[in-house]
Amino acid sequence: MFKRINQTICAGGIAMLACVGVMATSVVTPAMAAGGGGDIKDHEWTFDGPFGYFDKASLQRGFQVYREVCSSCHGLEYIAFRNFADLGYSEGEIKAIAAEYEVMDGPDEEGEMFTRNAIPADRVPSPYANENAARASNGGAYPPDLSLIAKARPNGANYLYSLLVGYKDAPHSDDVPDGMYYNTAYSGNLIAMPQPLYGDDIELAGGGDTSIEALSEDVVTFLAWAAEPEMETRKRTGIAVMLFLFVMCFVSYGSMRYIWADIKKSKA
Amino acid sequence: MSSPEFKNPVVKWIDHRLPVFSFMHHELHEYPTPRNLSYLWNLGSLAGLALVTMIVTGIILAMHYTPHVDHAFESVERIMRDVNHGWLIRYIHMNGASFFFIVVYIHIFRGLYYGSYKAPRELLWILGVLILLLMMATAFMGYVLPWGQMSFWGATVITNLFSAIPWIGDSIVVWLWGGFSVDNPTLSRFFALHYLMPFLIVGVVILHIIALHRFGSNNPLGIDVSGKQDTIPFHPYYTSKDLFGAMVFLTIFASAIFFYPNFLGHPDNYIPANPLQTPAHIVPEWYFLPFYAILRAIPDKLGGVLMMFGAIAVLFVLPWLDRSPVRSGRFRPLFKMFFWVLLADCVLLGYLGGKPAEGIYVMLSRLATAYYFIHFLVILPLLSVVEKTRPLPQSISTPVTGGGMVSAPAAKRGKADV
Repeated sequence: MFKRINQTICAGGIAMLACVGVMATSVVTPAMAAGGGGDIKDHEWTFDGPFGYFDKASLQRGFQVYREVCSSCHGLEYIAFRNFADLGYSEGEIKAIAAEYEVMDGPDEEGEMFTRNAIPADRVPSPYANENAARASNGGAYPPDLSLIAKARPNGANYLYSLLVGYKDAPHSDDVPDGMYYNTAYSGNLIAMPQPLYGDDIELAGGGDTSIEALSEDVVTFLAWAAEPEMETRKRTGIAVMLFLFVMCFVSYGSMRYIWADIKKSKA
Repeated sequence: MSSPEFKNPVVKWIDHRLPVFSFMHHELHEYPTPRNLSYLWNLGSLAGLALVTMIVTGIILAMHYTPHVDHAFESVERIMRDVNHGWLIRYIHMNGASFFFIVVYIHIFRGLYYGSYKAPRELLWILGVLILLLMMATAFMGYVLPWGQMSFWGATVITNLFSAIPWIGDSIVVWLWGGFSVDNPTLSRFFALHYLMPFLIVGVVILHIIALHRFGSNNPLGIDVSGKQDTIPFHPYYTSKDLFGAMVFLTIFASAIFFYPNFLGHPDNYIPANPLQTPAHIVPEWYFLPFYAILRAIPDKLGGVLMMFGAIAVLFVLPWLDRSPVRSGRFRPLFKMFFWVLLADCVLLGYLGGKPAEGIYVMLSRLATAYYFIHFLVILPLLSVVEKTRPLPQSISTPVTGGGMVSAPAAKRGKADV
């Protein structure tokens, strides 16, 4: 009989946990609804799941896409050049990449601001001086900074990928006002960003597929890294921590049973 | 309780003058605990573990965080990117809040099912509800600190609730904000209070434990301990069991931190706060959703606020609403049924709180809200009178018809994990 009661208790506990789980997922559902409205395709990513990783070649290609296409309107304010070590660049290569950018510095000894070539410690300069300047150049729309974009949208990577390959002819072309573009992934289907990638937009440094799908995949991989540069370390640490905790679960369970053994006997 | 003989001369010397070692021996070692506690009694120590985790990670985060509207968001990103293991500390803290609530909610429903709020444990229960209230205030203010879109708009919505107070409501809101909108003074005071309140929680937790140790834990049978044969010392029996529980908890917790750290969060909070742009749906953290559903279920603002706080207030008087002399739901066939309905109702409220307030969801929210209060204000008082309870076992260690005691063969097989 005790066993039965015990099962009831366990079932109760599990049910409660399950309920909490349901409550938890209900948070995600509205989140999806909030950013959704568009058609988001599921795509397979190397960085999915507990064993996920970033493909360094893809990261480098993605950075090139960002640099030659996205960066004309979108900043990357939380990324410093030194962070590009994660992309597999050597110190020398990072110095060379940084030196291609100019940053404002100062004031100098005369009190004047001056520009100089960037160094690895500098952050990637934003294309506009401020939000108003950005809006003025983009018909009132603000091209958001991309450092966190993959985390700041529900289902981030899939959403960005679907957005980049989602430019289509509108079913009724009169419905698209001037300065807006039709996109199947964007909520409401009208987006202020003109189609950034068409395929064969750039020549990749290491060669490779320049179809719109391949370039989109690379730049989304790069943006996923930019949002979570700690991801590989986090997941690898996680695997070790989980293994440790699994062992500790068994050890502590064993020691509990060992300690409780005499209680059971005295009752019998 | 006998005073223990300490062999170590230093310990002995200190204990004679300052009996901390005797105290620990009484309260953590020989503290007599019912021998039949189930795993649901692990949740108390887990809540303590969660609280300590939150305080430790929180103090470290405070060393790197800047409570200023121009720097808060960036300082959090600094923690995530540049502080050594900052991402780990922050993800523990961020997910820790959710797990603290998961643990505490299970702890509360455990108490509800087994009648742990009944005499003589009324104050123990009331202190627990007070801890829940403090936790909610702390969590709310903590969520504002990263100064993302949900931080800002959540703070705006919730502080605006106080404007529903007649006559002085608007003045109170201005006073809370320290200005005429949620702005820098709001952020800095929320930071100060978010740092303060966990220590108030620690204070109330200490009172909670003092009240607990006065009569000891309730147990699955809900009957009083009748003698030494019913109890076992806390150490090593329940320390070992709590340790095992902690490891299981940490395993689940770690899987969230390392593999799905943003699953319980909202993507909008990675967009810096923008007072000029309202998010499409302002949604609180999941642990507030049932209360948010109650708030929105009432068409009147003041009414909604009163009902929302009422949902907690009703828990304070619960010991006097449920007058049944039998504690454990196990011996209360009707109560047991209504308990599960209440749990389902709370889950439904949580679901509805995350849905937009439109269409069928509004009507469902109203029904679920009504049922929540009916459960406490009508069903429980009524059950106390009309319910025919099953016979109670004589004692924890004596098997009795209708009771449920470990049988010898079951114990030998090791099937009964008490």
